[in-house]
Amino acid sequence: MKQLPASIWTLTVGILVTLIALWAGNQNLFFPEQASVQAPLVDHFFNLMFMIAVALFLLVAGTIIFFAVQYRQRPGDEGDGVPLEGDFSLEAYWTLIPAVIVIVLGVYSVQVFTEMGGFAAGGGGGNHLLMSHGHQPHQPMPAQLVSDDGAEPAPAFKAEYGLGGSERPDVTVTVTGMQYAWIFNYPEGITAGELHIPVNKSVQLNIKATDVIHSFWVPQFRLKQDAIPGHDTELRFTATKVGDYPVVCAELCGGYHGAMRTRVYVHTQEEYDRWLAENQFAQHPDLSKAVAVHATE
Amino acid sequence: MTTAPTPPELAMPAASPVDDHAHHDFRLFGLLTFLVSESLMFGALFAVFLIFRAEFPAWPPEDTEVELLLPAINTVILVSSSFVIHYGDVAIKKGNVAGLQKWYGLTAVMGVIFLAGQAYEYATLGYGLTTNVFANCFYIMTGFHGLHVFVGILLILGVIWRSRLPGHYTAAKHTGVAMAEIYWHFVDIIWIVLFVLIYVLAFLN
Amino acid sequence: MAQAQLPVSGEFSAAGGHHPTAWKWYDYFTFNVDHKLIGIQYLVFSFVFYLVGGLMAVVMRTELYTPDADVIDPNLYNALLTNHGTIMIFGWVVPAAIGGFGNFLVPLMIGARDMAFPRLNALAFWLLPPAGLLLVGSFFFGGAQAGWTSYPPLSLITANTAQSMWCLSIILAGTSSILGSVNFIVTMVKMRVPSMPWDKMPLFCWAMMATSILALLSTPVLAIGLILLLFDINFGTSFFKPDAGGNVIIYQHLFWFYSHPAVYLMILPIFGIMSEVIPVHARKPIFGYKAIVGSSMVICFIGLFVWVHHMFTSGTPPWMRMFFTISTLIVAVPTGVKIFSWTATLWGGKIRYTSAMLFAIGLLIMFVVGGLSGVTLGTAPVDIHMHDTYYVVAHFHYVLFGGSVFGLYAGIYHWFPKMTGRMLNEPLGKVHFILTLIGANLTFLPMHVLGTQGMPRRVAMYDPQFTQINQICTIGAFILAFSVIPFLVNVIWSWGWGEKASGNPWRALTLEWTTDSPPMIENWHRLPVLTHGPYDYGLAGHAPSETTPSHV
Repeated sequence: MKQLPASIWTLTVGILVTLIALWAGNQNLFFPEQASVQAPLVDHFFNLMFMIAVALFLLVAGTIIFFAVQYRQRPGDEGDGVPLEGDFSLEAYWTLIPAVIVIVLGVYSVQVFTEMGGFAAGGGGGNHLLMSHGHQPHQPMPAQLVSDDGAEPAPAFKAEYGLGGSERPDVTVTVTGMQYAWIFNYPEGITAGELHIPVNKSVQLNIKATDVIHSFWVPQFRLKQDAIPGHDTELRFTATKVGDYPVVCAELCGGYHGAMRTRVYVHTQEEYDRWLAENQFAQHPDLSKAVAVHATE
Repeated sequence: MTTAPTPPELAMPAASPVDDHAHHDFRLFGLLTFLVSESLMFGALFAVFLIFRAEFPAWPPEDTEVELLLPAINTVILVSSSFVIHYGDVAIKKGNVAGLQKWYGLTAVMGVIFLAGQAYEYATLGYGLTTNVFANCFYIMTGFHGLHVFVGILLILGVIWRSRLPGHYTAAKHTGVAMAEIYWHFVDIIWIVLFVLIYVLAFLN
Repeated sequence: MAQAQLPVSGEFSAAGGHHPTAWKWYDYFTFNVDHKLIGIQYLVFSFVFYLVGGLMAVVMRTELYTPDADVIDPNLYNALLTNHGTIMIFGWVVPAAIGGFGNFLVPLMIGARDMAFPRLNALAFWLLPPAGLLLVGSFFFGGAQAGWTSYPPLSLITANTAQSMWCLSIILAGTSSILGSVNFIVTMVKMRVPSMPWDKMPLFCWAMMATSILALLSTPVLAIGLILLLFDINFGTSFFKPDAGGNVIIYQHLFWFYSHPAVYLMILPIFGIMSEVIPVHARKPIFGYKAIVGSSMVICFIGLFVWVHHMFTSGTPPWMRMFFTISTLIVAVPTGVKIFSWTATLWGGKIRYTSAMLFAIGLLIMFVVGGLSGVTLGTAPVDIHMHDTYYVVAHFHYVLFGGSVFGLYAGIYHWFPKMTGRMLNEPLGKVHFILTLIGANLTFLPMHVLGTQGMPRRVAMYDPQFTQINQICTIGAFILAFSVIPFLVNVIWSWGWGEKASGNPWRALTLEWTTDSPPMIENWHRLPVLTHGPYDYGLAGHAPSETTPSHV
């Protein structure tokens, strides 16, 4: 049996690794369905990294296993190996190539993050309903609470963190996390225990927490933002698929953290309008503040 | 390639001619290393203070203002004590144990005066630890520093106590003296930063 | 600061260089200042806590076998997850890797008779038992339930007594860690045998140097965070109480400023172990000594500037998310350099498949998985989806179990002969390796899928759609628990009755192998002189023998 030239081996291995990595990177193997504008962005970025990771893993692990087998101690050989202490060009390659890869990924992640609305966070886009204009940075909530003039000012919503947008959203909902429930308040005066939104419309969630930190997460939207007591946060997104998806609390918030879930219903515009009308009618005539669960159960 | 194992002689490290069991004194270097860690402790407190300062519209908030005169006097006392303690170090370098005791004793007295001033300030400030976030920061920071002053005084007293034994500290051998001095300087430097953050910045607002 | 005057100095040499050769068994339970004894104290102490933390994990995985919270109370579940994390970090990996191997090996590797401050060293160890007791004792008060991160406000309103005990415990462990770091740095800077220049210092020592610097700089910040938390719980301050003007995000910064570097505290010494074990058993010089030293230092430095990647979905402004995305990605480069260097060390070697080497090679592959999933998590866009899911759990268990625990096992198999004077049983070691490898992958690999599909971490109950994968994980965890049995049997049996080890059973070149197994008190009759580098395998005239020179 003649040894094949090393170049052929390298080529075959290279092609194989590339094919497997390409296949793995294009499968969207693990994610749940994509139901928001941001979801494909996240998935695509992840899959790109997954592809690189699969290729690197196959190469590195393959090399390790190959060396481990090839250079095992042969029976009776008590000697030492090749006294090779390093190789500058090889070391330079495996420093520079990963460096280039991570820098490219870094730049790309900035771009994905921008497209997701990351840089528009805290820009005041979500505050149009509560504040006419202008965003006062670092206007502290604490100061209002400790001020001694007794009258507590109406809490204006000033999102500092999250994913935002500068344009006026189609729907704005205030989300409040508490042990162990989510409450959704609509500007139309509706209070609900589940989130109802229209499909293909931009939605602004203004997120607060009353007791401890919670985290608003819809896996199908690939979006998550902590609800932080004392800090207002926001999420801006557009749902792209009619359906209902779980809303999960992702930050440990107490004994029943695992049970703190509800659902988000993505309706067509007509359904959404009908839902709005029904609940406005149900909740408004008597002006009593309905508890969240009443609205939907 | 099979390299046969070489006979033991080749691998045997030759015995060192200067071999000894004597222990060298690395305490000074150890203390400096430890102080790096300590400064990060204060650094964290300073960072917390500055973040709150940036968040609040008025810092210190109304009703929890600080006064300047007493802390300024305290600062002068503490800063001068750093010079005083150095005279003690100079004295021992000349083998002058009496001088060491005199200057270190004076430093300890100044330290006690500083702590007394601090206690007086606490008593007359009109607000306590839990009044508001500024008060929290104020008491924790000055208290934590005060604890360090207290430890520094103990170190200095320890040096004075040991110096009563003839020959315990000499011109050539006085690591303990140097350590107490370095620690005292450290406490002093931290106070200057603290003074600027808490008192001076309050009046720049 | 303890004014350490080495009590062993002079006492024995006064008797004409006549040393007692070993400590008695009861010395191991006393305030003894010998670095080797302290090292073994750390290792045994931490292994006991590893078993405790492991049992907690088994209970949690049993609970997660079914979607409902039907085995234990959810509050107890939270107490278990909090203490599992805390114990594995502060009770097992940190004390075993830094305290255990660091103390035992550093003086031996640099040709010193002990650490620079032996009494301080003993003090640092004896801070740990009370810390451990506080953690275990906190279960009488419900146990801390806010996660090992203990974010306020949750940590302020649940199980106050237990939470305070938890804080005190970590402050004690942190103090121990700071004192230990001071000791390591001074020892390595000042006490290397005169014939050892910096570039001949073994890589484990370099790793300990990077570790110590990192611990020295980051631990105090955590201490402050916990002190403020303690004051908030017990003394009415409101640093982290949002309704009284406090700010909960500050705690997260203080916490992660330490706790991200803590990951490097747990892996850098392991990298050091790898750099020792691989050359010896592959009979090869380490590939790229300087690159490995440099990468340890770079990791130490950059490691201080990546902490916000734990807070991407928390209160983090956009620029910070991007800055820390990029700094996090950059850490992958020096880590990769190490992986590649070890792989290249295997090339052209004559690899002995000892249990130590098996664990080392297992670590290499497991750590690559953990490193690559770490890169994906390090980018803010993906982390927004993945944060606080089982994907994170999978990632850090690949790094901390596949990395740190595999490395600790490799180290134990490698240095057990030196520590005890007896060899571990090799076949039993291989059974242990196979079981651990299967158990770890079965437990942690499926968790990636769980997290991506939408299962959050730290939950006692979950959606029925995740049941199957969770059951695989639970079975893996049982195998993992079982895998400890051959190891325990091996260690206990071999320690008492195992085959006697020579001074240098692996024919290694670093200085700890130039003395007896176990080394005498004060390590050598006469300090060794360096005649070759630590990894000069295959270079003519440097091949070591099994005979201990100090016998000759």
